[in-house]
Amino acid sequence: MSGENFLFSVFAILTCVSALAVVLSQTVVRMAFWLVISLGSTAALFFLANADFVGAAQLLIYVGGTLVLLVFGVMLTASGPYMKIGTSAGETVVAGLLGLLFLFVVFACIGGVEWRKPVTGSADNIATGAVGNTLRPLGLSFLGVRPDADLATGKPPEASGYLLPFEIVSVHLLVVLIGASYLARAKRRAAPVGQ
Amino acid sequence: MAAGLNAYLLVGAVLFVCGVICMATKRNGIGVLMGVELVLNGANVNFVAFSRYTDLGLDGQIFSLFVIVLAAAEAAVALAIALNFYNNHLTIDVDRANKLKG
Repeated sequence: MSGENFLFSVFAILTCVSALAVVLSQTVVRMAFWLVISLGSTAALFFLANADFVGAAQLLIYVGGTLVLLVFGVMLTASGPYMKIGTSAGETVVAGLLGLLFLFVVFACIGGVEWRKPVTGSADNIATGAVGNTLRPLGLSFLGVRPDADLATGKPPEASGYLLPFEIVSVHLLVVLIGASYLARAKRRAAPVGQ
Repeated sequence: MAAGLNAYLLVGAVLFVCGVICMATKRNGIGVLMGVELVLNGANVNFVAFSRYTDLGLDGQIFSLFVIVLAAAEAAVALAIALNFYNNHLTIDVDRANKLKG
């Protein structure tokens, strides 16, 4: 077993087990902890798939930003650190059965499809996702230049960059931040339940 | 387990199913949000795997970056809504959110 396969097995098992632990945990704080483990090992899987920039972004934005936001939400809303959110036994059984059925369907679909053959790093694919070192090609494609598609022979020249979606996402983030701060500002103190 | 396209897709499928079950069974609003994060991560794993193991090129990684950014935005808005709901109801149990029911 090569080193890459060993590392992939370790992080894949860690990802799946901690995702399962997120589902099975009964308190929100433990769910957040297992979610950190799951997202961190997903970032390790990204690094193993030669997607270095995506892995770094996953660590920075997801684990460093979104999950801190979630933990703040838990702190601000939970009435106790170990608030139970348990479901009844019947719901658990039904959810488990449905999940296993759904998982079986998805596995059957994955196994039944003949995917396109993997690329063998040829000289034309100077910056495909298979090679790694993706920082410069990703930045260029966000600016509208596609060195991997424009310069490669045999590919249609109309392959374009992602300048417009990049700008749309930027404005979208600005609007979302303004809207979130507008929604979350404290207008009045909470009225007791039942009034 | 050898690292290949199918192995990555299986990991993504497990993440997706766990997220869906988490969304369906958790009664805490933050828990539902964590399920959404798991689902988006499963999609990200698939994107990166296709970018690595097929001739898709960089498009998969670009899409996964967009997914990460949009997930951050969605978490911010959903947390603001959850805080607002908590301010009004002193709980974020999603079963209690029945004010709009006719």
